[in-house]
Amino acid sequence: MESRKAKFIGETVLSGYAVVRQIPGAKMTSPIDPITADLWQVIAATDEVAIGVVETTLLLDQPIAITRDKDGLPVVWRRTSEARGDEIDPETIFDRLPVITGYGYIWTSFGNPPKELFPIPEYAEADRKNMSCGSIGLYVSAPRAVENFLDMGHFPYVHTDILGAEPHTEVKEYDVEVSEERDEVLATRCRFFQPRAALSATEGQEVEYVYRVPHPFCSVLYKSCPEDDSRRDVIAIFLQPMTEERCRAHLLQSMVDSTSTITDLRRFQQTIFGQDKPILENQYPKRLPLDPRSETPIRADKSAIAYRRWLSQKGITYGVIPMAS
Amino acid sequence: MGSASTQMTITLYDFELSGNCYKLRLLMSILKLRYDIIPVDFYPGRQHKADWFLRLNPFGQLPVIKDDELVLSDSGAILAYLAKKYDETGLWFPDDPAITAEVLRWHAIADDITATSSSARLVLGMFYEFDLEKAQQGAHRIFRLMDEHLWFGEREGRDWLCSPDHPTTADIACFPYVMLSEEGGISRQDYPALRRWTDRVRRIPGFVVMSGIFPAGRAAS
Repeated sequence: MESRKAKFIGETVLSGYAVVRQIPGAKMTSPIDPITADLWQVIAATDEVAIGVVETTLLLDQPIAITRDKDGLPVVWRRTSEARGDEIDPETIFDRLPVITGYGYIWTSFGNPPKELFPIPEYAEADRKNMSCGSIGLYVSAPRAVENFLDMGHFPYVHTDILGAEPHTEVKEYDVEVSEERDEVLATRCRFFQPRAALSATEGQEVEYVYRVPHPFCSVLYKSCPEDDSRRDVIAIFLQPMTEERCRAHLLQSMVDSTSTITDLRRFQQTIFGQDKPILENQYPKRLPLDPRSETPIRADKSAIAYRRWLSQKGITYGVIPMAS
Repeated sequence: MGSASTQMTITLYDFELSGNCYKLRLLMSILKLRYDIIPVDFYPGRQHKADWFLRLNPFGQLPVIKDDELVLSDSGAILAYLAKKYDETGLWFPDDPAITAEVLRWHAIADDITATSSSARLVLGMFYEFDLEKAQQGAHRIFRLMDEHLWFGEREGRDWLCSPDHPTTADIACFPYVMLSEEGGISRQDYPALRRWTDRVRRIPGFVVMSGIFPAGRAAS
């Protein structure tokens, strides 16, 4: 991987020296495809990393360390002997990985990442309640978690009486496209009957969803907002691929809700996510098969099919089972 | 939920993904008790270590319950309190001294299940720094002993952890972190009698789920 020395001020903060160094005792690592290497990868909620204190995590099989400097700006590097909770002077860290902050999270990269993150313009609207909802470990690959996020068919069975209920089990026809211009998968006109679409919902309603997949390991959904017909709540899942078979799900909510507290809204989202977790972790294989013949899709899986094809065309091999060439 | 006229106002300080909080939701549902919930952001907010919470429980642990002015903590202690106070049948926490001892013995095992199975789940799900392998091995050791106990019980016509022919708070206390063990990488595949017991618990009238725990199948096991 190429080292970079560029420095930016503002949203795009620091880019340092990416030095590839083998950690003694580190496990054999999977090869990282060049597309994945060049992506911004989410690693932590900004607020959850204390100034001058080491936080540690695993990204693409590599141990990394994170802290924030006295101005609150994140510093990320390949972890050597540091332990979580250690105090550290960020000035002493020279071999830094590139860093960007966005949507309440810290992102880094092992390659040459783009100048900016994918856009979520709603996040900047002043009256929204924006929050992280916890970074939760999942024993499944990042692409499997994205695919589950796109699926509505499981709502009545997994999120019973919240996001779905029998007999309203039908996934109605919806539209999927891959936007060339924005390089993202887009599913629109997704409609589903939901008994309790959001914390602010007081009765069941048919809810309309739009799903975006603007990054191979991230998805953003927009759903009708119970409080205001003209606006949409935004819920995003950013997956941090830890290994090919494990990831960490970082959840973002950007809500139009004038009454609920952050704690209430987090609880609602964690309830949903806690229901998904065992279902996701029971998926085999853990990596996402990209060969269309490997798992039988149904009509409701249209967005999943487009997502798999998009990953395949991009040349993503990390966390997937690529098509035999 | 909501305030009740026939009972005092119970308030549960609760985290949805906590098995220990769920023990109380489960018993209160079975006993048809109404209660209010005050959500505590255990993760990522760590509100159980915040000053306002430490004033309720200086040990900084969930759950906490308030019954009018009485503040109680520790899930096992609260299970005993709720059963003794509100279970008119006297079945859930029986008065017989020998059976009380049996129930308390399993409450203590429930704490060991928390220290092992729940710890493993916190490592993998919320990145706590416990010894994962030790926690998983500890849980397997307990599950093996429980499986044996329940297997012999089935042969003797005993369906539950304690000797009475009905469930007690011992079953409620041990159930959640057995059910959530897979999230800690602890398979229950080798413990068939343990799995049959979890199905029986899930068929208790008034049973409710939590995130990560699904209802028993409709068919008899």
